[in-house]
Amino acid sequence: MATYLFIFFAVLAIAAAVAMVISKSTINSALFLVINMLAVAGVYLLLKAQFLAVIQVLVYGGAIMVLFLFVIMLLNIDDEASLFQSFSFKYLLAFFLSVAVLAQLLYVIAGWTGTLPVMPEQMVAIGTVEALADELFTTYLLPFEVTAILLTAAVVGAIYLAQHKREDISQ
Amino acid sequence: MIALHWYLALSAVLFIIGVVGVLTRKNAIVIFMCAELMLNSVNITLVAFSAHLGDVHGQILVFFSLCVAAAEAAVGLAIIIAIFRNNLSVDITRINLLRW
Repeated sequence: MATYLFIFFAVLAIAAAVAMVISKSTINSALFLVINMLAVAGVYLLLKAQFLAVIQVLVYGGAIMVLFLFVIMLLNIDDEASLFQSFSFKYLLAFFLSVAVLAQLLYVIAGWTGTLPVMPEQMVAIGTVEALADELFTTYLLPFEVTAILLTAAVVGAIYLAQHKREDISQ
Repeated sequence: MIALHWYLALSAVLFIIGVVGVLTRKNAIVIFMCAELMLNSVNITLVAFSAHLGDVHGQILVFFSLCVAAAEAAVGLAIIIAIFRNNLSVDITRINLLRW
């Protein structure tokens, strides 16, 4: 059962990613990315990381994608020409470079002989909110608070960058 | 239980799709979305190793990575809006002020 679920989520994630790269319309790319994020959340569930799966759907599938769609709506971008109509040498080079890197990565993964220790099944229940929060609020308390400051700084910076400055235009 | 290899292979394939997108697309927003895809694929690797080793630290690193990705998306999209206001385009071939 887990194998079929993994195949389903993996195929869905890869198909949505490919569709995101080759679709002409920007809004379609964003919606395919949402499907990809949901499939990745399913993969997290298979790995027994329940908390991260929920956070993935909330933060990536919800907050970040709403931000993307809002910006696309705000800028009102036209569809660009299809990738296959404007074929050039650069695309071919990029494609073959990427395939070479992928082949190397897959070769390394396939040649890996399992040197990691095998954990007993009862230790695998680590993805719960309880287990994560236990570490997060003791060992990682300072990085957690720094993350809060980082998010505040990012929001202030984003508002400053995106605001309309009238005095610049009049000059 | 699925072997660790398959999660790593899925992560590698998603990462390479993101790289192809960054190299071939011209729309700055789509390039940005491909960068998010690459961040996401690395998160799969971290969670897979974390689940395989029974170690919670990998998942905490993914948690921080999600926070940084959210901050990065906010600032990056603000930069794209600022560029669009000056150039009236998000086509990266037309943003060539610093190009030699």
